[in-house]
Amino acid sequence: MASGEMARREMTYTEAALEALTAAMVRDPTIFVLGEGIGERGGNFNTTKGLYQRFGPRRLRDTPICERGFVGLCTGAAMTGTRPIVDFMFIDFILDAVGELTNQIAKIQYMTSGRLKMPVLLRGCVGVGGGAATHHSGSYFPFFVNVPGFRVVVPTTPYDAKGLLATALRCDDPVLYLEHKSLLNVRGDVPEEDFAIPFGEARVCREGTDVTIVGVGPLVPKSLAAAESLAAEGISVEVIDPRTLAPLDMETILSSVGKTGKLLVADESFGPCGIGAEIAAQVMDQGFDDLAAPVRRLNGVHTPTPYSPPLEAAVVPSVEQVAVAVRELAAE
Amino acid sequence: MTISTDKLLSLYRTMVLIRQCEEQLARSYAAGTITGACHTYVGEEAIATGVCAHLRHDDAVFSTHRGHGHALAKGVPPRELVAELFGRETGCSGGRGGSMHLFSPEVGMMGTSGIVGPCILQAAGAGYSFQLLETDQVGVAFFGDGAVGNGAFHEGINLATIYDLPVVFICENNMYATEVAFAYSARNTDVAGRAAGYGLHAEQVDGNDVVAVYEAAEEAVARARSGGGPSLMECRTYRTRVHAEGMGESGYRSQEEIDSWKARDPMVAFAKRVVEAGDLTDADLQAVDEEITEQVADAVTFATDSPWPDPATVADHIYGEGA
Repeated sequence: MASGEMARREMTYTEAALEALTAAMVRDPTIFVLGEGIGERGGNFNTTKGLYQRFGPRRLRDTPICERGFVGLCTGAAMTGTRPIVDFMFIDFILDAVGELTNQIAKIQYMTSGRLKMPVLLRGCVGVGGGAATHHSGSYFPFFVNVPGFRVVVPTTPYDAKGLLATALRCDDPVLYLEHKSLLNVRGDVPEEDFAIPFGEARVCREGTDVTIVGVGPLVPKSLAAAESLAAEGISVEVIDPRTLAPLDMETILSSVGKTGKLLVADESFGPCGIGAEIAAQVMDQGFDDLAAPVRRLNGVHTPTPYSPPLEAAVVPSVEQVAVAVRELAAE
Repeated sequence: MTISTDKLLSLYRTMVLIRQCEEQLARSYAAGTITGACHTYVGEEAIATGVCAHLRHDDAVFSTHRGHGHALAKGVPPRELVAELFGRETGCSGGRGGSMHLFSPEVGMMGTSGIVGPCILQAAGAGYSFQLLETDQVGVAFFGDGAVGNGAFHEGINLATIYDLPVVFICENNMYATEVAFAYSARNTDVAGRAAGYGLHAEQVDGNDVVAVYEAAEEAVARARSGGGPSLMECRTYRTRVHAEGMGESGYRSQEEIDSWKARDPMVAFAKRVVEAGDLTDADLQAVDEEITEQVADAVTFATDSPWPDPATVADHIYGEGA
């Protein structure tokens, strides 16, 4: 478990995840990684840097560009005693494998009454940024939250990147581990020792009394920035990072809403049938009497992601938009 | 032919078991005891029989929507197969699967499937595990000609070949995908011939000749087990019943064609051959027929007497215990 007494160093989000992966591969010889350029090259985002040299070509294997093929292969591997990791580079490429994921990976444990496990880790870089344009900017996690069988993990700090990846690599379920491109080079303190963060435990990143923001991925640092400026205006904001969207820690969210009575869910991905809609519905079900105002959502624009910088900037919620939404809620 | 008498009898027993089970399942479907889809393997028994004769319980078979024969040949007890199609708790998938989702990992039956193609990829994945774990196990995919036009065929065979995985790919070419002719779906209907494009071993065999299948599979399985990489076997065969029970013959194939293949019944041909060669007697074969009839009747009784699954368990096992 995490402890303040552990030796800590500052490192990037990607380095922290690599540290967890390395430790897991040392501990568990059944772990292998497949993907495009994850072998000698070390991954497009350095997700497997140095591992090929250390663990060899069978545990770090480059693939042809055939996402459906190697996701299906990893399904069969997980059914027969190994623990595959699919490194998609950009998560957009996962869409070629959606049938294998939803029809096969998500259903195997159920169809076998738990006699087979499905320890597959599916990781990739998500989100809008850097002019990557529409085929390299997706998030798509609401699909997977909607399907029974998946764990969906969205780390936002180097500390969480390490602790949540450690948990993912001990989990018997298929895990989507989604790394937002704006967070990969964020630096933070990370313990040297191994530690694991349980799924389904949100983190209260900042305590406040007037409005609760549940942020997803990059909207966590944006919400914290907004909260800082709002504090100067006398608005006290509580910011919650759910860290995993499946399972979703509603208890922490409901408890916060019980205190503030006002909720904004901020997420760069699409609004319709998204995580904000789900959280709003559950708060309505279980915390209606605590609400002093309607639940608000702030999402990316429901559109493909454009390339041109001003267009790209226009599709994602900004710090200012978060602040505006909170001010409006606070005034209700 | 250097197959022992015991092995010949065992091949015959497996074919009769599949045939009699399938005919029973067809009757149960007609009686309304089985719902949903029920695709029988009648006419194709020699393939599962000849291939699975070389497999151990720790080898992994991945199958299709027409998979009862694969399950039985791999060692799923008839009781568990029939109970599964009857939707009972004692079925091999606990009543969660039915015909197209038969799972029995205990004997290496890693699933029949309602989706065409994934079995090819998953068998490659089993091969990946066995190579990484340095065991001598083998992954096997059974699939029809209908899967050959699917991307999974290309991707799975290519992956298995470039990684030298211990896998055997068995194409059961019965000439029709549901009711669309393979000759329509493919300009090149020589499935085994496609292997050259990927660089793996391949052989085309008479899928209605259990001995031919047995001998070809012996080589392919041995190659995989000894680190020699994957193989593709194209077994030419024919489904003599309708695509799925409850359907009719809609005119996509002629009665003459059906009759010509019925005349090549793999079980009948095998019986004639072994009796004429003096390897087995009519009495030997008849004893097997009777033994299987009893076994199938017992399976039906077992299934009928088995409890329904408890609805309170409907959401169990979506997730594992870890994390």
